[in-house]
Amino acid sequence: MEGYLNLFVKSIFIENMIFAYFLGMCSYLAVSKTVKTALGLGFAVIFVLAITVPINFLIDNYLLKPGALKWLGSEYELIDLSFLSFIMFIAVIASMVQLVEMIVERFSPELYGALGIFLPLIAVNCAILGGSLFMQQKDFSGISESAVYGLGSGIGWLLAIVAIAAIREKIAYSNVPAPLRGLGITFIITGLMALGFMSFMGIKL
Amino acid sequence: MLKNNIKHTPKIFFINEEIEPLLSKKNRALLIDPMDDNNPITVQVLGICSALAITVQLKPAIVMSVSVMAVMAASNVIISLLRDLIPNRIRIIVQLVVVASMVILVDQVLRAFAYDVSKELSIFIGLIITNCIVMGRLEAFALGNGVWRSFLDGIGNAAGYGFILIIVAFFRELFGSGKLLGYQVIPEFIYDMGYVNNGLMLLSPMALITVGLFIWFQRSRNRTLIEKS
Repeated sequence: MEGYLNLFVKSIFIENMIFAYFLGMCSYLAVSKTVKTALGLGFAVIFVLAITVPINFLIDNYLLKPGALKWLGSEYELIDLSFLSFIMFIAVIASMVQLVEMIVERFSPELYGALGIFLPLIAVNCAILGGSLFMQQKDFSGISESAVYGLGSGIGWLLAIVAIAAIREKIAYSNVPAPLRGLGITFIITGLMALGFMSFMGIKL
Repeated sequence: MLKNNIKHTPKIFFINEEIEPLLSKKNRALLIDPMDDNNPITVQVLGICSALAITVQLKPAIVMSVSVMAVMAASNVIISLLRDLIPNRIRIIVQLVVVASMVILVDQVLRAFAYDVSKELSIFIGLIITNCIVMGRLEAFALGNGVWRSFLDGIGNAAGYGFILIIVAFFRELFGSGKLLGYQVIPEFIYDMGYVNNGLMLLSPMALITVGLFIWFQRSRNRTLIEKS
């Protein structure tokens, strides 16, 4: 239990998707003009990350890894399909996004209205594929660990995008040098926020 | 089906290309514009994710730019060849599959010939798949233009991306560790006079701030790029 909690906190703060690895920067910059849309996209990202990381964990462990096909019989033991992992992961992500979109539309039209435009965008958000690739690299021992990791990194992403959206709403009223307006100042503020987040690195978990 | 293909082929290969020379003024603009006024990173805001994380040193940045260039040129050409055959509704997934196969090729080549760099780039080679530059240019350009022009557009945009990557990596490696491409360039006597490497440049936040400063510089030079608010 303690291990899960450690992993959860670590994936939110210490290994924050945006401030430590810059994953999902494109949508982070494009959709952070108001807090409301940022919240919508953030929740959609949490949703999709928490679903796709465990599914990709199963695919990686029971289909792709060297020796993963052992359950089919001993003659399959030597097969190594790990070079297929990129294409499998992206296919799972694209189809999960489609599926999630259909389910949300059927059972909760209000949530669909709120997330609607953002859901298809998520298929090409680096944070989602990044989550799955980090999962592969970290060699988690079980599906619950990977689910905790997916959920945690989603929450970290939401935190980052809501924070920058709130700052951008305020900064619209200040006198920024003209060439820095918009993109430039957002980059610099994100850098300063990332510096702040680095202080979490001292925490030993 | 076969008849259909034959009808398509001349259109794909000749109509756009035969009329104008290979490097006409318009085509040259495709190559040069993305370097500065239409830079994919600082102006179009595409593909930032991978641009920042791998710029601690010059060498991985160069390898990354070359990989992105290979992937973009190849996938732009393939999508441009297929553009009349892809049904509009499933085009995203077709694009993803084409890009993912190109990235797998690049990844396998890197693992075979430059294993150290490929370890250093870790997941970021895989993330070329979701790099917005590749998808963005496929959507915006290759789906509506001929093969040769799409090829030039791919090369041009990848070069603009690599340009930023290399500038950021240059400054970070020079000030962060006093080296370029792994060779010591800041001479010993300057250290003796009390100069110290700025360790902050090696940390990830400085990549963001360097790009921010570059945008500032670029937009003060070319004031038409300034955003209206």
